[in-house]
Amino acid sequence: MRIDIAKDVLEHNDALAEQNRRRFAEAGVFVVDLMASPGAGKTTTILATIAALRDRYRIAVIEGDIASRVDAEKIAEHGIPAVQINTGGACHLESAMIQRAVDHLDLDALDLVIVENVGNLVCPTEFDLGEHAKVMILSVPEGHDKPYKYPGIFEISEAVILNKYDTLAVFDFDEAEFRSVVGRLNPRAPIFPMSAKTGEGVAAWADWLAARIEAVKEGRDDA
Amino acid sequence: MHEMGICDGILTAAVQAATSAGASRISRIEVSIGELTEVMDDALRFAFDALRRGTMAEEAVLAVNYLEARSQCTECGSEFRHDRFDPKCPECGSYVITLVQGRELRIDAIDAE
Repeated sequence: MRIDIAKDVLEHNDALAEQNRRRFAEAGVFVVDLMASPGAGKTTTILATIAALRDRYRIAVIEGDIASRVDAEKIAEHGIPAVQINTGGACHLESAMIQRAVDHLDLDALDLVIVENVGNLVCPTEFDLGEHAKVMILSVPEGHDKPYKYPGIFEISEAVILNKYDTLAVFDFDEAEFRSVVGRLNPRAPIFPMSAKTGEGVAAWADWLAARIEAVKEGRDDA
Repeated sequence: MHEMGICDGILTAAVQAATSAGASRISRIEVSIGELTEVMDDALRFAFDALRRGTMAEEAVLAVNYLEARSQCTECGSEFRHDRFDPKCPECGSYVITLVQGRELRIDAIDAE
């Protein structure tokens, strides 16, 4: 017999993401999902973001990695609650993993949850976690041609961080070309050139994030 | 390999639909996938091959209908096919467009008995 289904393949993931989204909205906490290649500086960016915003906001971090607790321990050393998710081989986080991780956090006592996705420029793009915004980090040494090769992640990101900007002179990175391609893929996303290591440019990113956090606290942002 | 997660979703939905229809074997699964989802056909079939084992879809054929990216121009209303780097309306030149097709990950139907 033939059975018509006509259902989204990721319906189960999307349904759990919706539950997460409602939970975040009720607690008034802004959740950002950071995506990047391995080595682009996700954890360093998170530490720089914490340093910039910890006086104003209560922050927690959910760390996604295939294995190990290295990143969560690094964050916890700074006195910030950190939950490690080990995906055990999976190349991206899914909404069910976030749901379990969030159980370990006191959402009502938080303003910002930063999720560090598994290092990968393809897989995390398809999976809604219930976050308010996906943001991607590209580091200068990876090259300005990455938006041509991995367009999907640039399309769905609400902001793009260009990290390791202090190394621009050393690498053959064409910033104008990069901005032009990203602008075509995603005209609305701001690009934040910064060095998470030196702190250069972190303020502009932190201001963008702070505006989004405020919007959620005031119930203006239910995206 | 997000194809693994996608295939898991396909098989879960197919087995659920077959079970609630009282079937015990799935012979064919039809899906539609938009070209903007970056699904690789080889990886999808590799994942399907690995995940279907031991399920009622063990011998099922996976039929994939790939869908091109299409958008509608918000300014002049015309609908057109485009690649992801140049989503510009060929009629009026506007970039203000709404995607109407290309991001699908949909299970359409199954044959089961």
